[in-house]
Amino acid sequence: MAGFLLRRLLIAVPSLLGISLILFTVLALAPGDPFSEMATNPNVPPEVRESLRASFGLNDPILVRYLRWMAAMARGDWGFSFASRINVDTLILQRVPTTILVIGSSQVVALLIAVPIGLYAGIRPYSLLDQVANTLAFVGFSLPTFFTGILFILVFSIHLGWLPFVYQTDLAASGWRWWWEGFRQAIMPVSVLALFQAASYTRYVRAAVLDVARLDYVRTAQAKGLNPRSVTLRHIARNAMIPVVTLVALQMPIVFGGAIVTEQIFRVPGVGSLLITAMLANDTPVVMAVTFVFACLVVLFNLVADLLYGWLDPRISF
Amino acid sequence: MAPARVRVPASPMRQTWRRFARHRLAVASACLLAILMLGVILGPLLWRVRIDDIDFAATLQGPSAAHPFGTDDLGQDLLARMIYGGRISLAVGFAAMLVATLVGIVVGSVAGMSRRLVDPALMWVTDLFLSLPQLPLLLLIIYLFRDRLKALFGVEGGIFVMIVAVIGGLRWMPVARLVRAQFLSLREKEFVEAARALGASRWEQVVGHILPNALGPVIVASTIEVSAAIIAESTLSFLGLGFPPDIPTWGRILFDAKDHLDVAPHWALFAGAAIFLTVLSINFIGDGLRDALDPRRIG
Repeated sequence: MAGFLLRRLLIAVPSLLGISLILFTVLALAPGDPFSEMATNPNVPPEVRESLRASFGLNDPILVRYLRWMAAMARGDWGFSFASRINVDTLILQRVPTTILVIGSSQVVALLIAVPIGLYAGIRPYSLLDQVANTLAFVGFSLPTFFTGILFILVFSIHLGWLPFVYQTDLAASGWRWWWEGFRQAIMPVSVLALFQAASYTRYVRAAVLDVARLDYVRTAQAKGLNPRSVTLRHIARNAMIPVVTLVALQMPIVFGGAIVTEQIFRVPGVGSLLITAMLANDTPVVMAVTFVFACLVVLFNLVADLLYGWLDPRISF
Repeated sequence: MAPARVRVPASPMRQTWRRFARHRLAVASACLLAILMLGVILGPLLWRVRIDDIDFAATLQGPSAAHPFGTDDLGQDLLARMIYGGRISLAVGFAAMLVATLVGIVVGSVAGMSRRLVDPALMWVTDLFLSLPQLPLLLLIIYLFRDRLKALFGVEGGIFVMIVAVIGGLRWMPVARLVRAQFLSLREKEFVEAARALGASRWEQVVGHILPNALGPVIVASTIEVSAAIIAESTLSFLGLGFPPDIPTWGRILFDAKDHLDVAPHWALFAGAAIFLTVLSINFIGDGLRDALDPRRIG
């Protein structure tokens, strides 16, 4: 197991390097200059600007700049936010828990919806429920998150007035009321993301169950006279979940995209809305760091998927 | 004895069409998409209201005879804006699909035909691109390059070229993997071997024999790419980072509408429904094509 872990970690390193190279190339090719504002400022003489450029190493060869940027990123020295006037890493760390809470709970909800439906649909393929579930799944992943979000606000906040549509971090309540209010304001962002994900997960679960249900060992279990319920739950479901676990981890890039949109609609103060605010405010260090964090998280989840797969499926050799 | 009547088998095209027609939702979706496309193409000829006629006497009005889809906060006619935006949204979708499919076919065929180092290297790059966080990267590139492209191609053209290139450039991987997988099995088939024995060059083998047989799954995948690209463009515009306000794509209309949901829900609903129906019908068409183009199916 330790050897497997190490080998996987070593495979993750080149992809991290590759991603960082792509990010840096984008950054290096981009027009504009962090010192362009000074160029238009008459109080800064050109010589001062030039020496500032030199001291920040902007005139060095591109490879040197890449290595220096990598080293800074690895050290956690991500620069200083122009807009918020604090270090970028502090800013991001403030926002990460909210995002993880929203993404995490939406994934749990999505799986709670998708696994039972997909299991049932996969065991009885082409039944009425399967067809209904399949059609609904199509509707689900054709509904973009920004439109579901707007629909939810229209129905539940404006029309019915049940739920607040602006997410607040400083709730004016304490004790159990604080928990209740926090829960209420999380319902809409979480369910928007969850419904979108549940649609595609349902199809994955169904496909995985279909694959497993026709294997010989399932027929053996049925022939032994085990009751269908335990065949489904103990024999089919357990093995069908193996590919699903991997697929869930590999969905993370899409989930992050959905989280950016959802956070923006409901004004959830997470990493995604930080990215958009920073872009609208031309706050380049924050933009770069958030993109890099997203990229690292994707690589991390790929790694987790690999490891889980190896752990869950004994047929995969370490 | 009179010869028994032999049933002439239907041509492959007809068989494909018959299998597609059996998927009722796909046929209905194809009709819906055709109506939507005709609407946005012919719409300006029938509905001659300008998209930027400002009328402060009629702001945020619901649907009426004068404005079938209502008006926005400046009193601009939403039907005209939806038609105009639909043209751009659909054009982005199809153009980005073409870019993604072309890149995917090229990468996939090169990887599928080479036997040594090129294949693993290209597949590594493909996997790398698959593990990029798409939306953040899309936003990043547009954020960094917006101004330069505006200067090069003008406001509308610059954003269009960039969005198409970036969406296409970030979504070619599924096609590339499909094409490579098809190539790996097809290139060992007897008919390709026969062509090789007859002296067909590598290029002739690929273009004349392997690629035409690999196209079925590629068509299905690129259908889905259209809807993915439309969603990507709408997402960008919805976040306020796509097309500028004077170019009302469907996503941009939603972005402008979301601050007026309480007084003018129609504004958001029409645009959102247009995106949803387009994407849904394209996805169903893709599903129908998957059934129709699967060569293992008979009938």
